[in-house]
Amino acid sequence: MTGALSMRRKATNAVMLFSSGVCTVIAVSVLFFILGYLFVKGGFSLNLDFFTKLPAPTGETGGGMANAILGSAKVLMLATCIGVPIGFLAGVYLSEYAGAAFASIVRFTTDLLNGVPSIVVGIVVYALVVLKTGLGPLAGGIALGIMMIPIALRSTEEFLRAVPNSLREGSMALGAKKWRTIVTVVIPAAIRGILSGMMLNLARVAGETAPLLLTAGLSMYYNHSWSEPVATLPVMIYTDATSPQEDLHQQAWAAGFVLLSLVLLVNIIARTIISRGAHKLR
Amino acid sequence: MATAATVAPRVRPEGRALRFLRRLKTGDEIARLVALTAASTVVLITLLFVYQLWTQSALTRHKFGWSFLFTQGWDTLNDKYGALAYVFGTATTSILALLIAVPLGVGAAIFLAELAPPRLSDALTFLIELLAAIPSVIIGLIGLFVLAPVLESSVVPLIKHVFGFLPIFQGTFYGFSIFTAGIVLAVMIVPFIISVSREVLLAVPRDLREAALAVGATKWESTWQVVVPFARSGIFGSIFLALARALGETMAVTMVIGNSDFISKSIFAPGYSIAAKLANGFGEATTGSPILSALVELGLVLFALTIVINGAARLLILMTTAKGTK
Repeated sequence: MTGALSMRRKATNAVMLFSSGVCTVIAVSVLFFILGYLFVKGGFSLNLDFFTKLPAPTGETGGGMANAILGSAKVLMLATCIGVPIGFLAGVYLSEYAGAAFASIVRFTTDLLNGVPSIVVGIVVYALVVLKTGLGPLAGGIALGIMMIPIALRSTEEFLRAVPNSLREGSMALGAKKWRTIVTVVIPAAIRGILSGMMLNLARVAGETAPLLLTAGLSMYYNHSWSEPVATLPVMIYTDATSPQEDLHQQAWAAGFVLLSLVLLVNIIARTIISRGAHKLR
Repeated sequence: MATAATVAPRVRPEGRALRFLRRLKTGDEIARLVALTAASTVVLITLLFVYQLWTQSALTRHKFGWSFLFTQGWDTLNDKYGALAYVFGTATTSILALLIAVPLGVGAAIFLAELAPPRLSDALTFLIELLAAIPSVIIGLIGLFVLAPVLESSVVPLIKHVFGFLPIFQGTFYGFSIFTAGIVLAVMIVPFIISVSREVLLAVPRDLREAALAVGATKWESTWQVVVPFARSGIFGSIFLALARALGETMAVTMVIGNSDFISKSIFAPGYSIAAKLANGFGEATTGSPILSALVELGLVLFALTIVINGAARLLILMTTAKGTK
């Protein structure tokens, strides 16, 4: 009886532990499947034209996404100029200056802002900016910039907090003013982590499509204005993929390949830097 | 009369201002003020979000009240708007995604936290985090061109063959459906469940495991009956976090759900979600129009839902990690 029971317990043990491993294998293989499929399909569809030419007019094949690449760069640049300074400075304030009450208010609202679905950010910026200036890189950059703030703030605060207090005290003891201590001692000590955090942040918004759909719009040409519709890579992927034209699907795969390569590359670099830094602290 | 009243107050502010100026010279006050301004901006932007969503949706909120949530139909000609079809689509796709992602995610988290050697666990977690970094439009691309055709040609016929008598599995399947959207969503939320649950499990004190093993429990019994219950609220927290993400996920869902305003009993039928409607509906929305108001109200609903669920998630995670460090 006890022998049978213990057999059953051993069997349950083995089966359940094995299935937990299977779960992990499934999750990881989904990643490899997506990567593999995209790299084969996208790499096959990719050529030099993709980077140098405009989208082909309806009915013609070929063409590229030079305008979308430029548009994405423009939007992301503006987003960085908005999101990084605000998030970084606010992070410095939380870590170095803020009293407990105000800090918890800022942290709470940051979490709130971070939890806002990206499409809702799109709506608000649509109502605030697009209805006044029209679709374009300006509205797109503002939307993505707002999305960058919470993570910029959180990563700055976290990495600054990890700087040992003895460094601050040492600098103050030598007679440095508080802001000099922060700028010349505390921030340099945390700069690797902070920069990697910003890179991850940029990679995250680089793939955002939903808010750009409502704010940046779409164009088949180069756009030099800040308040006229502009093509961006993620929106082009969506538009081409959902179009009935077979040829445009190839373009979508190629664009997906380029976007994913960039996002993953930045992720791998930034995460490696962060984990190396963690080893050093230990 | 004027002298007595004005002289005294004039001296004091100048004194204060001078002191302030002196501190400004040292730079400390400027640095503090700059940082404070940035921190306040974050609070202001968030308040602006709430204010915008509230005021811009005033028109339809007053016109339809709570019935907005419980009526079906999106009639732009007669300005009659109801969110039921979208709320239904968001709810069903999210539930479906959780049904797939929760067992998978918790199972993988158990493996990574309890069984895998630390180096392997770290490497696998790195890969899981990369999965989370894939942009949703790319998951949508795979869903549209790979998943939907595969489901249509082999998976769905099989399910219909076995369970076809159930109403939720009836109707014609064209590839675009609540079912497809649920699977795509599951792929997107599984990394969150895994990485948060793993961290929560790792925070469970070691003595608990050792005590369970010492009294003769198998590895699985110690995990399932001691460690997991201890981390239960944190695991629920990770699930809530994933749910909040599923509710707001837009692109991948828009590309595979079929974007149909009808509510069907079958999960193989096309549907619509709140986020997908928002992505598609803005073409005709002009300043002050009822369409804009209705869309913003949809956004408000989504915003409120995600805030409540995110809040609950954070509370639950905090509860477990605090318990572990005690």
